[in-house]
Amino acid sequence: MANTYTLISSVTVGSGGSASIEFTSIPATYTDLLVKLSGRSSRSAATMEEFVLTFNNNTSSYSERQLRGDGSSVISQTFSGASIQQLGQPGAGATANTFGNWEFYIPNYAGSNYKSISLDGVTENNATQAYTNFEAGLWSNTAAITSIKLSAGSYLAVQYSTAYLYGISNA
Amino acid sequence: MATKIIVNCSTGETTEVELTAEEVTEREAMAIAYAEQKAEEDADKAAKVTAKAALLTKLGITEAEASLLLS
Repeated sequence: MANTYTLISSVTVGSGGSASIEFTSIPATYTDLLVKLSGRSSRSAATMEEFVLTFNNNTSSYSERQLRGDGSSVISQTFSGASIQQLGQPGAGATANTFGNWEFYIPNYAGSNYKSISLDGVTENNATQAYTNFEAGLWSNTAAITSIKLSAGSYLAVQYSTAYLYGISNA
Repeated sequence: MATKIIVNCSTGETTEVELTAEEVTEREAMAIAYAEQKAEEDADKAAKVTAKAALLTKLGITEAEASLLLS
């Protein structure tokens, strides 16, 4: 059971937006990592755009299973490839000035086993179509995680998008 | 040119740098991959809606009646 949450670093996107946010040189001194992301995409005429997650600038051996509700239906889907790739955030077609919320929990990030990730998140939209997501992710790589990259897909994370990286110790 | 934000967790230093040509290419590839995935997701949803409607027709009941049966 986690008994300490330490803010390692945080970032707020400035004017002009940003293609990605990267946390580098993450210390190996914690047990688990927690990322809290509040984002919005510059993608026009869309209520949602997927942000993607990668570790250590590595673009292989990721897989995920996702449960997604969109206000009218529910879908279960799997993906594998170059990233954890289904982190939906509001696009420019969603209600103005709203941001999505995601949380990623990465246990034993500095260990030598494959890295599992629990993810949950929502988009925001004052309309029928808004998304709720639960995901299980896996990075099939034994390297310790030393960097985390959150990319806004092929668009930009708009100004005031934020990301917080916490280190969690269980002893 | 798009930029990226890099936060060095050891030093606390935050920098904003322009994307490299390789990263721009990577983003373009990502856009194509996403479009393909989204199309697949939409097609899957549409297929389910069609299959559901066909089954209701076959059974001769409405969606509300089917929900009642499952409640």
